[in-house]
Amino acid sequence: MQYLLLLTYRPEDNTQEGTPEFDAEMKRWGELNEEMRQAGIWVGAAGLKPDATTTVRAPSGEPVVTDGPYAETKEVLFSFYVIDVEDLDAAIAWAEKTPAVKYGSVTIYPMDGLELT
Amino acid sequence: MSALERAYRDERAAVLATITRRLDGDLALAEDVVQDAFLAAAVEWDRRGVPDRPGAWLTTTAWRKALDRRRRERVADAHAADLAQPVSYDADLDFERSSLEDDQLAMLFTCCHPALAPEARMALTLRSVAGLTVPEIARAFLSSEDAMERRLTRARRKVTDAAIAFCVPPDERLPERLASVLRVIYLIYTEGHGDVRGDICEEAIRLARLLARLMPDEPEVLGLLALLLVSDARRAARVRDDGVLVSLEEQDRSRWDAARIAEGAAVLERALRLGRSGPYVVQAAIAALHSRAPTWEATDWPQIAGLYAELARLDRSPVVTINRAVAVGFAAGAQAGLAILDELQADPRLDRYQPLHAARAELLRRAGDADAAAAAYATAVALADSEAQRTALERSRDRR
Repeated sequence: MQYLLLLTYRPEDNTQEGTPEFDAEMKRWGELNEEMRQAGIWVGAAGLKPDATTTVRAPSGEPVVTDGPYAETKEVLFSFYVIDVEDLDAAIAWAEKTPAVKYGSVTIYPMDGLELT
Repeated sequence: MSALERAYRDERAAVLATITRRLDGDLALAEDVVQDAFLAAAVEWDRRGVPDRPGAWLTTTAWRKALDRRRRERVADAHAADLAQPVSYDADLDFERSSLEDDQLAMLFTCCHPALAPEARMALTLRSVAGLTVPEIARAFLSSEDAMERRLTRARRKVTDAAIAFCVPPDERLPERLASVLRVIYLIYTEGHGDVRGDICEEAIRLARLLARLMPDEPEVLGLLALLLVSDARRAARVRDDGVLVSLEEQDRSRWDAARIAEGAAVLERALRLGRSGPYVVQAAIAALHSRAPTWEATDWPQIAGLYAELARLDRSPVVTINRAVAVGFAAGAQAGLAILDELQADPRLDRYQPLHAARAELLRRAGDADAAAAAYATAVALADSEAQRTALERSRDRR
């Protein structure tokens, strides 16, 4: 079963770059990524640039491109993982290991249809 | 009661649990095919007579329907002929009695999974474990049948689509997951308790009994069962004929169900012997002490105050502190009770918390501080959210 984990943070209480806390967190992310690969559940992951998003819609056939959505929402999407695990409890256990649960949230989407390889 | 009704009441939960496990936790499909099996039984049993083992017949039938459904999903509109075949008993598809208890326990943990919304957990548990019908559950939650059906369907889809595992959680997850199961049963009970609807209370007690049978070595499971039994024993005394709720202090104790109190006390004793007591065991012990007192005045307040102190360590919610203050007020005097409430008084979030003002008012009155008591009563009455609450406060205020 594949799951998409969407990771968010709250801009106001994110760790600042250049501080020891920031370095410790980066180290933790690296270890987690390695742990996921070792466990054989890693399908894909990336960090995102939440300030440079673009939205495309075509309600009447003509595509309308807009800037945003802006980070007006309290929680900003900044990263995702795709993992392949047995069930929801296993997905929750991996989500709990991400530093994001301490200062933001992890939303778990069960994936439907096309399985990523 | 017809054979079909009896099977629905006695066998449905077991058939559903067995089929759900066989379908690797696909609760949505399992629920559909078990429902179909009962519909088939309504026709077949009428025509051919009731089978020797209704549960086995229903399991076999539901399982065939599930296989058909899955086959049809793969090969559209083929295999229609299979559906017309009469059902014969298939030994291979009988209940596996050895695993039936595991299946029921797994069903309980699945229905109470924290990934489901709390209301969905309660509804699903009543439907899939307790076997209540949708109209019964809708009535319990004062909701329409359509809305309840939608809530249940959505919850089952979530179980299936998110792949919530159909299993008893492993040891490292068990405390957290068991806490959710206990909470759901407790909330079902309070749903009935608040409105003094005995049928819902009975369902909660049945669920607690089932859990206590399946997990006899978990003190908190026994603690919950004991708490519900002792509390429910007062049901007849809790409400007057005109519907007004009666406080513990004013209840006619001769109307308490002595057999249920004794049963609760025996379950509590088993829980205490296991050690490692948690919040439900402590609450059951408090309830049992109240039940043992022949009158309100003869209540063992020092021991109850001690138990509330223990409960306050396990559960830091303000309602526990308030109950502790009331108990200390009786055990060691109103001033001692007020001193405990002072801890809460400092928290501005509780400024408009009605139970705090009500408890303070009564303690101040008993301490002889008439002016402060009058002010606290006025605040408590203003914040009361029901006529019954107001009446009770005014009666307490006017006491000497």
